[in-house]
Amino acid sequence: MEQARKRLATVWLALLALLALTVAGSFTVTGAASAVVSFGVAAAKVALIFWFFMQLRTEKGLIRVFAVGAIAWLAILLTLVTIDKVTR
Amino acid sequence: MTDVPINKRADPNDIRDRGLSETPEERASYLRAGHTLRSWFLTTDHKRIALLYLVSVTFFFFVGGIAAALIRIDLLTPEGDLLSNEGYNRAFTLHGVIMVWFFLIPSIPNTFGNFLIPLMIGAKDLAFPRLNLLSWYIYVIGGLCTLFVLVAGGVDTGWTFYTPLSSMFAHGQVVMAATAVFIVGFSSILTGLNFIVTIHKLRCPGMTWGRLPLFVWSHYATSLILVLATPVLSITLALIAAERLFGVGVFDPKLGGDPLLYQHLFWFYSHPAVYIMVLPGLGVVSELVTAAARKRVFGYWFVAGSSLAIAAVGFLVWGHHMFVAGQSMYASAVFSFLSLVVAVPSAVKVYNWTATLYKGQIAIDPPFLFAASFIGLFVFGGLTGLVLAMLAVDMHVHDTYFVIAHFHYIMVGGTVSAYFGALHFWWPKMFGRTYPMVWGRIMALLIYLGFNLTFFPQFILGYLGMPRRYHVYPPEWQVWNVLSSTGASILGIAYLLPFVYLLWSLRYGPPASANPWGAAGLEWTVPSPPPKENFVETPVVDYPAYNYPMEMEEGARG
Ligand SMILES: [Cu+2]
Repeated sequence: MEQARKRLATVWLALLALLALTVAGSFTVTGAASAVVSFGVAAAKVALIFWFFMQLRTEKGLIRVFAVGAIAWLAILLTLVTIDKVTR
Repeated sequence: MTDVPINKRADPNDIRDRGLSETPEERASYLRAGHTLRSWFLTTDHKRIALLYLVSVTFFFFVGGIAAALIRIDLLTPEGDLLSNEGYNRAFTLHGVIMVWFFLIPSIPNTFGNFLIPLMIGAKDLAFPRLNLLSWYIYVIGGLCTLFVLVAGGVDTGWTFYTPLSSMFAHGQVVMAATAVFIVGFSSILTGLNFIVTIHKLRCPGMTWGRLPLFVWSHYATSLILVLATPVLSITLALIAAERLFGVGVFDPKLGGDPLLYQHLFWFYSHPAVYIMVLPGLGVVSELVTAAARKRVFGYWFVAGSSLAIAAVGFLVWGHHMFVAGQSMYASAVFSFLSLVVAVPSAVKVYNWTATLYKGQIAIDPPFLFAASFIGLFVFGGLTGLVLAMLAVDMHVHDTYFVIAHFHYIMVGGTVSAYFGALHFWWPKMFGRTYPMVWGRIMALLIYLGFNLTFFPQFILGYLGMPRRYHVYPPEWQVWNVLSSTGASILGIAYLLPFVYLLWSLRYGPPASANPWGAAGLEWTVPSPPPKENFVETPVVDYPAYNYPMEMEEGARG
C-alpha cells in the first residue's frame, strides 16, 4: 500500500516535470524542432498515464489490446490529416 | 399468430379473473415490478431503461419532425414566404442536430440494444446497470439543453457547426448547442462501453462468439465506434467553444489556426457516426430477414465480420466530405478510393440477406415489409454514395439536394425503416401484446411510398443544381419540390399511425405467446413480456445461432 502510494507520487512528480518541460520548450525551441519536442514530451506523459494511472502495468491481454487500439485510432486521425496538410 | 381468443372479457362472477386486462405473464413481468414513479426513474433494469429511451427518442423524433415539416412547407413555393432567412437556417439546423444526436444515434442501440442484448446473450442485465441509467440521465440533460437552445432563439450554423461560421460569425446559441451535443456524447460513450463489456463478460454458458445473434455483433461493432469516435467530437466542440469564448487560435488562420482542421476533426467523428446510425439497423435487418425466411442466415461469419469491417474501414473515409473544401487532391484521391472500399462489406450483407431469403418460406408480416424496404432503400442510398465518392461527380453535386437525398436514403430509408421494423418485430416481446397485422402492413407500405416520393425528386433537384440550405429557388424547380413536400406529408401521417394501433394494442391487443413469430433466439424462450430477472435459470446454449430446422430439397434426399 505504502509502496503503491509512493509510486503514484513519483509518477505525478514526473508528469509535473514533463509539464515544466513543455512550457519551457514552448518559449525556447522554435520551428520544426518545437513540434518534435512538444509531441515527444506529450507521448512520454501519455505513456506514464497509461502505464501507471490507468494500471495497464497490471492488466494483460484484451485490456492492453483495447488500449493499443485507442492509440492506433489516434494515429489514423493524425496520419491522414497530416497527409492532407503536407500535400495541400 | 395468437393462441388466446380475442375479446376475452373478464368473467363478472369470478373476482380473480381479470380477462385480458392483465395476463399472468404480465403480472410477473418487468412492467409490473414496481408501480411508483421512483421504480421507473431510479430503475437499473435494462428493459425499463430501454422504455425510458423509447419514450424520449420518440419525443425528439417528433420535435425534429416538426422542424422538417416547416422546411418542407416553406419549400412548397419558390419564394421564402413562411420563414425568414434566419428562421429557415434555424429550422434546418435544429432538424439536423435533433435528428442526428437525439434520435438516430440513440434510436436502435439505446432502445432495442438495451432491451435485447442481455436477453439475446442469456444475461440478467447489462454489465453496469447503474451506468446505463446514468447514460439516460445524461441524454435527458443534453436534450434539455437542446430544448433551451430552441426556446432561446436557436442556432443557424447547420448541424455540422463549420468554422469559421460557428466560431466567428454565427449569432445565436452556438455554444449552448455545442454543449448539448458535448453532453449527449457522454451518454453514447457510456452506452458503448457498457455494451462492449457486457458482450465480452456476460454471455451465458455455451453462448460462444460464433453463436451470437448478428444483432449483437452489429451492436458490438457500433459500440467500438461509439467509444473511439465520440471523444474526438467532444474535444472538437470544446475547441469551438474555446475559440469563440476565449479567442484561442485553433481554427482561425489569423490566430495561427487552420479552418480545414475543424472539418477533419468533425468528419473523423461524423462519418463513423453514419455507421453508428446504420450498423444497428443492419443488425435488426439480419434478424428480421432470418426470422421471415425461417432459415439459417446465409454466411454467418461474413455478415458478422462485415459489421467489424464497416466499423474499421468507416474510420478511413472521412475526407470525402472535403473534396471541394480545399483539401489536397492527393488526400482526396486516397479518401475517394477508401470510400469505394467501404461499400464492399455493405454489399456482402445485402447479398447474404438475399441468399438467406432464397427459397425461404417468407411470411409477409410487417417486420419483413420493413426489412424489405430497408434493403431496397439502403442499396439505393449506398449506390448514390458511390456516385458521390467519385471526385469529378462530387464537384457537380456537392452541397446540393443530391447529397441530401443520398443520406436520407441511408438515415431515414435505412435506419428509420429498421427502427420501425424492430418496433413491430419485438413489440409483442416488450409489451406482451400483439397489434393488428394489417395496420402494420399499411404503415410499412405508406412509409415506403411516402419516403420515395419525398426523397427521389431531391436527387433530380440536386442534379439540376439546387443547393442545400436555401429556401428561395428558381420557379422551374417548384414541381419537384411540391412532389417532395407531398411525399413528406404522407410520411408524416404514416409515422403517426403506430400511435394509434400500437397504443391500442397495449390494452386491447390479444396477448402474445413467448414466441409469436416462431423465431430462433434466446429472447423468444422467455415469456412475453419478460420477467424482471429475464431468465429464471441461467440458460445453457448447445446449438448454433438461428437454429431453424434444415430443409432438404426433394432431389437431395436421395
Ligand atoms: Cu461520409
